[in-house]
Amino acid sequence: MMSTSTEGMQAEEKIRARKKTIKEIKKNVWFPVFDNNPIALQILGICSALAVTSNLKTSVVMSIAVIVVLCASNTLVSVIRNQVPSAIRIIVQMAIISSLVIVTDQVLKAFVYDISKQLSVFVGLIITNCIIMGRAEGYAMHNSPLKSLFDGLGNGIGYSIVLLVVGFFRELFGSGSLFGVQVLSLATEGGWYVPNGMMLLSPSAFFLIGFFIWFVRVWKPEQNEDN
Amino acid sequence: MANDRPSQTILVAFMLCIFCSLSVSLFAVMLRSAQDRNKLLDKQKNIIAVSGLSEKGDLANEEIEQLFESIKTFAIDLDTGEKIDDFNIETYNQKKVSKTPDLSIPLNDAEDIAAIGRRENISLVYEVYDANEELDAVVIPIRGYGLWSTLYGFLSLENDGTTVRGITFYDHAETPGLGGEVDNLKWKASWKGKQVFSTDDEIVITVVKGRASQANEVDGLAGATITTRGVDNMLQFWLGDKGYKKYIDKHLRNEQKT
Repeated sequence: MMSTSTEGMQAEEKIRARKKTIKEIKKNVWFPVFDNNPIALQILGICSALAVTSNLKTSVVMSIAVIVVLCASNTLVSVIRNQVPSAIRIIVQMAIISSLVIVTDQVLKAFVYDISKQLSVFVGLIITNCIIMGRAEGYAMHNSPLKSLFDGLGNGIGYSIVLLVVGFFRELFGSGSLFGVQVLSLATEGGWYVPNGMMLLSPSAFFLIGFFIWFVRVWKPEQNEDN
Repeated sequence: MANDRPSQTILVAFMLCIFCSLSVSLFAVMLRSAQDRNKLLDKQKNIIAVSGLSEKGDLANEEIEQLFESIKTFAIDLDTGEKIDDFNIETYNQKKVSKTPDLSIPLNDAEDIAAIGRRENISLVYEVYDANEELDAVVIPIRGYGLWSTLYGFLSLENDGTTVRGITFYDHAETPGLGGEVDNLKWKASWKGKQVFSTDDEIVITVVKGRASQANEVDGLAGATITTRGVDNMLQFWLGDKGYKKYIDKHLRNEQKT
């Protein structure tokens, strides 16, 4: 009688623990998308968000690349977190991240050559993307591999959302097309739309990210800093 | 912390280095052949596009390989204009050679109108043959400085050696929407049929501001004066004596005259 009740309690405990983990994982995935967006709230990873968003195709490929690198680096860093001496932890993270980025770059060059040509150095520069180092040091070093994986996924999605929104508007207004398909007929080809050349230049991404942040903060006023 | 022992630090660093270098080199080796093939196909695609063999922008890999069968690659000594036999064109890296002192010549200020610094001694050219094995057109690599970057491209001439078949740039970093419009299909199409040489054998092709009216004039790109001038200069250089002039004279224009 006694033993069954403790067993029952243990099982209950286990279920509760699993529920807690699932809840945490859900939060890890959804929280960074709008509530704690790496670009919009933490203002990290801006550089690549300016550079690769002049059309949707490169934005999508860059997003996928960053999600893959972020998930993999978070998982790997988390797996070895208990073995890593704190004195060299940053360089350990760096080595893992750069290896992953090189591999990603090689894969892109082998399978989507055209797009990798457009992305040029910016795939390599994922190494310096603060989001990835930030998550490795800030989350993966203290949490289990599974939770870290989903934290990477969530932050990757948060990054991608901004990239896709910015890429959508820049390609639509800058070239009148979406994914390379002409949507607005251009004046140079006998249509009515005069493309906004500024949209193809990096500064326009600043404005668009600014607008994005503005809308998110109107929707979620708790993100406003107190002055 | 136990982890902070020097022995642990060295062990972790060592293991990590082994793991990272193994995985990176494994991927690099596994994907090398696919990457090399992509690079080659990309170049062939540009050559096919500029030589007008296909109107389609997006060619499948098999189509590129098939179309490229009618194109023969030759190594040309730019100083004499002669074709070099027994030359390993497959391993020839023209971009690298153009910076190697032994294999290229420096250009002085007066010569270097395309702002490229050095010119390689040997260049590859691509000759397009029709179904009867007759020379149909040639494709020559060109490069020169625009506003921000060196533009790399190809110029294709008809077999008379003076009529433009096409022009394309496959690598540049000009401003999108302004100088970047060198990629504009409509602009590139406007080159077709333009005359490069005058009857007095002078290079007369030029990019003009506004509307072109002569057979040797091409419309300039709006808002891209310096890029346009760069394109103009690079044609002056590569069609001149330091460029492909001797090759064009010997292999295209002389055949016509005799």
